Amino acid sequence: MQIDEKNVNFLKKVEELSGEKITLCEQCGICTTSCPMVDEMDFTPAGIMRAVQIGDETIIESKAIWVCASCFSCTVRCPRGIDLSKVTEALRQLTLRKNVDHIDLKEVKKEKLPAIAVVSALRKFTG
Amino acid sequence: MKIKKFPYYPGCTLKQTAKNFEKSAMGTANYLGIELKELPRWNCCGAVFSLTSDDVMHQVAAIRNLIRVQEMNDSGMLDNEYHLVVLCSMCFNVLKRANIFVTKDAETLFKINEFMDEEPDYEGTVEITHFLEILRDFMGFEKIKEKVVQSLYGLKVSAYYGCTLLRPREIGIDDPEAPTIMEELIASLGATPIDNHYKSLCCGSYHTVGKDKDIVARRTYKIIEGARENGADIIITSCPLCAFNLDNRQKLSKKIYPDFQYMPVLYFTQLMALAFGKEEEAGFEGNYIDPYPVLEKRDLIHNLKVR
Repeated sequence: MQIDEKNVNFLKKVEELSGEKITLCEQCGICTTSCPMVDEMDFTPAGIMRAVQIGDETIIESKAIWVCASCFSCTVRCPRGIDLSKVTEALRQLTLRKNVDHIDLKEVKKEKLPAIAVVSALRKFTG
Repeated sequence: MKIKKFPYYPGCTLKQTAKNFEKSAMGTANYLGIELKELPRWNCCGAVFSLTSDDVMHQVAAIRNLIRVQEMNDSGMLDNEYHLVVLCSMCFNVLKRANIFVTKDAETLFKINEFMDEEPDYEGTVEITHFLEILRDFMGFEKIKEKVVQSLYGLKVSAYYGCTLLRPREIGIDDPEAPTIMEELIASLGATPIDNHYKSLCCGSYHTVGKDKDIVARRTYKIIEGARENGADIIITSCPLCAFNLDNRQKLSKKIYPDFQYMPVLYFTQLMALAFGKEEEAGFEGNYIDPYPVLEKRDLIHNLKVR
């Protein structure tokens, strides 16, 4: 794929929102091997990083960025010091800030849930 | 014995699904000569730390609570004590990270204080401290050992740390890769600490809400099986969301994996209440998987009057 201005702008936008230098990633894959959710994902964490590096905007439509629950396992292990949890948060925010929610509250079954479960789900899945 | 007073932030869940966590913590703290003074007019911290670089707005809720600590000291409710004690791991993470976020530069602190113009300025003096740190650093596990009236000898306990107590590294209460603080506590109570390869594997957190509960049930299975393979009787934790996922979602794990066997999940403070002879303050009635059979098996509940 040819990298054009649109791709570069997407990379810059994600870098600004996350505060992380994404081009530092050298695709070693420690994030992927550390990720407890990787078997639920359509893209690996390293794959997400690569997609952002080349400015592939379609990554915001992936399931993986929503499966990431910010457990910071990759964050503590990245040898390049990149906080990947901030990258997936930025990618989620690109959708949420357009007022598009990722959770349908009608699908939430009536049961007694811990307040922190509900608050964190709403914080992570709604704009 | 001189009573040491600390300001205390409960957070929403300790007044709701984790009442047994607060009850047992209060009981054990009092027994150890610590008074946890609840912040007046506290509010929800937000449960998850906002990770985007431009977001100051979502730090407001957390920081308002820290202003309450200043007020408690100013009004004489506390004697110059700025260590804010937190029990819930998620609240601990949010408050500690928000505190670092707003005090890292003068501009951010100024911005948030300007925004909260109805409040006194936050001065950046509060230190967020988990109750486990109070036990390790203020009390010391040796002292806790001396306070045990009913040794938990024979009970095999696996610590589950989860994420927010340990990570990211700069806010964790212990080594994020090889934590020992809860194992030291378990040993000081006379029980046997059991290692678990999955002791800091994410339980799936808020995926327990909505249609992806199976994500949680699969991780719950993995974590509990990891503890069982090493011979554990029970699991202890300090996070009310992990506790809910590991305890209440076992039913769903059983549905996915029919060979799965239930294991009780307790808060670390419930284990302490048991060792301190305060079973009535352990709040076991709030646990989903009944811990009594295993405690009975280890001959640990003979002092219990009510069941």
